[in-house]
Amino acid sequence: MKERLRESLVILSLRVAVAVVLAGLLTVLFDIVSKGVGIFSWEFLTESPRQGMTAGGIFPAIVGSVYLVALSLAASVPIGVLAAIYLVEYTPQGRFLRVIDISIRNLAGTPSIVFGLFGLGLFVNFLGFRQSLLSGALTLACMSLPVIITASREALLSVPNEFREAAYALGATKLQVVRRIVLPNALSGILTGVVLSSSRVVGETAPILLTAAAFYAPTLPTSPFDRVMALPFHLFVMATQSSNPLKTAPIQYGTALVLLLVAVGLNAVALVVRAKRRRLKVW
Amino acid sequence: MVMDPKIEVKELSVSYGSKPVLKHVSLTVPREEITAIIGPSGCGKSTLIKALNRMVELVPGAKVTGQVLLDGRDIYGPGIDPVEIRRKMGMVFQKPNPFPMSIYDNVAFGLRILGLGDRRKLDKSVEESLIRANLWEETKDRLKENALSLSGGQQQRLCIARALATHPEVLLLDEPASALDPISTARVEDLLKDLKSEVTIVLVTHNMQQAIRVSDRTGFMLLGELVEFNGTAKLFEHPSDERTEAYITGKFG
Amino acid sequence: MKPKKQATSRKAVIGPFVERLMKSLFFLCSAVVILVTLLITLFLFREGLPALMQVPLWDIFTGVIWQPPAENPKFGVLPLITGSAVITLTSLLLATPLGLAVALYLSEFSRSLERDVLKPLVELLAAIPSVVFGFFALVVVSGWIHGLFGVGTRLNALNGAVVLTLMVLPTIASISEDVLNSVPRDLKEAAYALGATRLQIIRRVILPYARRGIAVAVLLGFGRAIGETMAVLMATGNAAVISLNILTSMETMTAAIAIEMGEVVFGSLHYQMLFFLGILLFLISSAVNIIADYIITRGRLR
Repeated sequence: MKERLRESLVILSLRVAVAVVLAGLLTVLFDIVSKGVGIFSWEFLTESPRQGMTAGGIFPAIVGSVYLVALSLAASVPIGVLAAIYLVEYTPQGRFLRVIDISIRNLAGTPSIVFGLFGLGLFVNFLGFRQSLLSGALTLACMSLPVIITASREALLSVPNEFREAAYALGATKLQVVRRIVLPNALSGILTGVVLSSSRVVGETAPILLTAAAFYAPTLPTSPFDRVMALPFHLFVMATQSSNPLKTAPIQYGTALVLLLVAVGLNAVALVVRAKRRRLKVW
Repeated sequence: MVMDPKIEVKELSVSYGSKPVLKHVSLTVPREEITAIIGPSGCGKSTLIKALNRMVELVPGAKVTGQVLLDGRDIYGPGIDPVEIRRKMGMVFQKPNPFPMSIYDNVAFGLRILGLGDRRKLDKSVEESLIRANLWEETKDRLKENALSLSGGQQQRLCIARALATHPEVLLLDEPASALDPISTARVEDLLKDLKSEVTIVLVTHNMQQAIRVSDRTGFMLLGELVEFNGTAKLFEHPSDERTEAYITGKFG
Repeated sequence: MKPKKQATSRKAVIGPFVERLMKSLFFLCSAVVILVTLLITLFLFREGLPALMQVPLWDIFTGVIWQPPAENPKFGVLPLITGSAVITLTSLLLATPLGLAVALYLSEFSRSLERDVLKPLVELLAAIPSVVFGFFALVVVSGWIHGLFGVGTRLNALNGAVVLTLMVLPTIASISEDVLNSVPRDLKEAAYALGATRLQIIRRVILPYARRGIAVAVLLGFGRAIGETMAVLMATGNAAVISLNILTSMETMTAAIAIEMGEVVFGSLHYQMLFFLGILLFLISSAVNIIADYIITRGRLR
C-alpha cells in the first residue's frame, strides 16, 4: 500500500512538472497570439513601415528574412548534403572521422553571437563584403551546417544496406549507387533537416546583428551586398528602442506573431513530415 | 583436374581487421556447372562467395590476399576495376533485397547503369529475364507495381531475374533459399538447374540436401579452410576427410 | 550470349575520372566543417588577442568594472562573468528538475497517446525563437516578477533566467529522454523478475545507468544557456555589476558583445575587447563540448 502511495506521489509530482512546462509554453503562445492577432492582416504583411516605424506593416522585414534564409540554404544545403554523403558512403575511418565529428559538435554548441563575431571578422571585414545580405547569409549558413549534416547523415544511414549491396553486386559504381538508390530514398529525411534548419535560421538575431541587419532600409534589397531588414531584428529593435512604445506595441506583437508562426510552423511541418515518413516506410 | 575452369581460386585469404576469415582457400569452378559450398555457420562460405565478385572489399577493414582468376585473369590484379568484374557476375543474397521500386525498374536497373536507355530494348530484356527466372507469368500484368508487394519467393526470383538481366557469365548465390518456404525453394532449385547450361553457378548453402539435389561439385568449408572439394556424389558418398564425414553425418553443424 | 553495348566503352574511360572527381568534391565539402571551426578560432584570436597587448590579462580577469566608453576605460570582465554565471545557473536550477521530470515522465510513465502529444509540444518549445522569448520577458514576465516581489529593478536576472529556463529545458528533456529510453530492456526485466517495484527500478537500475547521459544533457543545457544572447539581452537590464541578487539588473558576456559592437570603432581597443569576450565564450562552449565528449567516451569504454 505504502508503495502504491509513494508511486502515485511521484507520478503526481512528475505530472505537475510537465504541467508547469506546458503552462509556460501555452502562456507564451497565448500571449503573443492574442495580442498580435489584432494587427495581423494582409496589409500588415504587405505594407512597408510608415511614420518612422510607428505605423504600417513589416513587409520589408519579411522579404529580408526570406532572402536571408534562402541564400543561407543555398550555401549550406549543397555543402552539408555532399559532406554527409562523404561521411556515410565513403566511410572514412579513424582520425578524420573523429575530427569531423568533434568539429560538428563544436559548431553546434557555439553561441550565436560568436558566429556573429566570426561573420563580422571574416565576411564583413576581411573579405570586404561589408554588412550585407551576403555576409549575413554566409554566417547563417555556417551556423546551419551541423544541423544539415547531421540530419542528412541520419537520412542516408536509414537507407538499408541491402539495397546498396544489391546495387554494388550488379556492378553499379559508387556514384550510381548514391544517385539512384541512396539519395532518392533519403530525400525526405534530408528535407526534414532542411526545414528544421530554416526554422532555426529565420529566428536568429545575433548572427545578423553585426553582419546584415538594418533597422530601416529605404528600399528592398536589390543585390546581395545590400543590407536587409529581418523579422527577428525588427522585433528586437522595436521592442527595445522604440520611440513610442505604446503606439508600436501592436506592431511589436504583430512581428512576434509572424515570427512565431513561421518558426513554429516550419518546425511543425518538419515534425509532421518525419512522422508521416515513419508510418509510410515500406521497408 | 578441371580443364579450363571458369573461376580458379588460388591461396585466397581474407581477414576482417586482424581476424582471419578465409585461410588459403584454393578451388576451381568448372564452366556451366553448379558448384556448391557447404559448411557450418561461420565457416567463411559467405566470405568466399563475396570474394569472387570483389564484394568483400566493401566491408571496412577487409584485407584480401591470393588470386581469383576469371577466365585466366586475376580479378584482384593491379588496375582491375571491381565494377567491371561485378558487371560480369550476378549475385543473389540470402534475404531477398529488391529495390523499393517497380518490378520493371528492378530488373532494368543493371541495364540502366550500363547506359542502356532504349525503351524497347529494355522492355525486351526485362521480359526475357523474367521469363528465365520463371516469374513472367506472375508479373507481366503488374510490372509497374512496387516490387515489395511480391511474396518472399517471388521477390527472390525477381532478384534472380535482376541479376540475369545483364547476361552475367557467373551467377553467385548466397543461401538463396534459406528465407523461403519449401515450394519456393523447389522452384528456385529447378530454375538453377535450367540456367546452368548458360551460366556458371556458385551456390552457398547450409542445406546439404539442396547441394545433393542441385550441384555437380561441392566444397566443404570449416573455420575458414576448404577441407574438401570434389564431385558432389563422391563427396557425400565417400568423403576423404573425417571432418567432412562428421559434418555430413550430422555430428555437428 | 552476351550482348555488346557500345555505350560502355566511352563510359569506361570517363567513369573512373568522374568518380574520383566527385569523391574529392564530397571530401572537400566534409572538410568545410573543420575549415569553419578553424576560421572561427583564427578570426576570434586575430581580432581579440591584440587587446591583451594593451590591457594585461590579470587586470581583465580581476577587474570589477566594465566600462568601456568611459574617459578611463575599464575592461574588467568579472561583472560580465558573474552576470552570465548567475543567470545561467539560476535557469539551470529550474530547468534541470523540470527537464528531467518531463524526460522521466515521457520515458516511464506516459501512455502512448500522451507521448504523441507531449513530445511535439516540448519540441515546439524549442522552436520558439530566442528574440520572441526575450520580448515576452521584456513585456510580460518582468511585470509578473515585479508584481510578485515588488523590489529591485524591473529588468533583472530572474526575468532572464525564467525565460532561459523555458529555452533550455527542451534540450535537457530530449537528451535525457533518449538516454532513459536507451536503458537495455533486459536490465529492467531482470529487476522486475527479482520483484522490484517501479520506483525501485527507476532509482536503482535506470537512473544509475543513465547517470552519464543525464550529466551530458545538463552540461549541454548549460552550454546553451551561457551562449544565449537575445533573450537575456532584452530581459536582464544589462547593468555590468557584480551581484548575487537575482532581482537586480545584470549583464552577460553575450549581451555585452551584442549591445556594444554596434557602437565601437573598428579596430579600437573596445572592439578588440569584445572579440576577447568572444574568445572566452568560444573557449567555454568548446570546453563544454570536450567534457561532454569525455563523459560519453569514458562511459563507452567501461
